[in-house]
Amino acid sequence: MSQPRVAVLRFPGTLDHESAARAVEGVGAEPVFTHHEDAALPDGTVAVVIPGGFSYGDHLRPGALASRTPIMGAVKAHAAGGGRVLGICNGFQILCESGLLPGVLRPNASLSFICRQAELEVADSGTAWTGGRAEGETLSIPFKHHDGAWFGDPGSTRVVLRYRGENPNGSIDKIAGISNLAGNVMGLMPHPEEAQDPLLGSVDGRVLFAALVA
Amino acid sequence: MTLVVVTVMPKKGVLDPQGQAVQGALQHMGFGDVSDVRVGKRIELEIGGSDPAGQATKMCEDLLANNLIEDYSVEVPG
Repeated sequence: MSQPRVAVLRFPGTLDHESAARAVEGVGAEPVFTHHEDAALPDGTVAVVIPGGFSYGDHLRPGALASRTPIMGAVKAHAAGGGRVLGICNGFQILCESGLLPGVLRPNASLSFICRQAELEVADSGTAWTGGRAEGETLSIPFKHHDGAWFGDPGSTRVVLRYRGENPNGSIDKIAGISNLAGNVMGLMPHPEEAQDPLLGSVDGRVLFAALVA
Repeated sequence: MTLVVVTVMPKKGVLDPQGQAVQGALQHMGFGDVSDVRVGKRIELEIGGSDPAGQATKMCEDLLANNLIEDYSVEVPG
C-alpha cells in the first residue's frame, strides 16, 4: 500500500521544510514539496503542512504576501473540503493572513526574537491535533519567533494550546496555537517538527504530525 | 500615472511596541515633552487607469492593511 501524501509548502524564504518533511516521514507519510506558484496540490494529497521561515522576507506583514499566492487557493479548497492543514510559526501567520484561521500574529511585546523550549498546556482535547492528550496535560515544544503574539477574539476560534507560566510574547490569553471551529485547520507558533527525537529533548511534537494522517 | 499615498497606522488601542520603544528612547534623549509615539508606514503607489484612489482603497482592503490591527488612509497629493 502506498503511503499517504502530505504536501509541504515552500515559499521564497521558507526555512523549516526539511525538518517538517522528516517529521512527516516519521508518521509514515510521504512529504511532497509544493511550490507557491502551483495552482493545485499534488495528486493524492491528504494533508498540508505550511512550515516556518520568513516567507517573502516578512515584508509588509509576516505571512501577508505568501497568503495571496496561487497555492493558497488550493489550500483553501482543500480545507473547505475538510482536509487537514497544519501551519507552523510563519505557516500560522500565513493561515491567519489568508483567513483560514482568525486573528493575526503581532510583534512580540518585548520586540525581541525569542528562542527557547516552551511548556504548552493542552487547552482543548477535542481536536485531532493533541493526540488524545487530556486538557491540562503538557507538551514540551520549542519556539523561535519575533512576531508570535496572537491578537483576535478567542471566541472566534478553538484555543488548542496555551503557554504555561509567564506569557512569553504578549499573546492574548497566552495563546500558542488555535484551530478553526471545525478542527481541521491548526496553527501554532512553536515548532513541533523540532520535537521529534529524544536526542533533542522531547518527542511531544509527533502528535501534531500524526494528526495529519489520522 | 498618478501618485497615490497610502498611510497605514496601528489602530488606536492596539499595543504598538515599536512606538513605545521609540518614545522611551526619545525620553531618554531628553525629549521629555513626547507623550505618545505610534509608528506606521507610508506606501507610495504609481497607478495608471481610472480611479487611482479607488484602486488604492481596494488594495488596502485586499492586502496593504490588516483591518484587525491597522487603519489606513488614501491620499492623492496634487
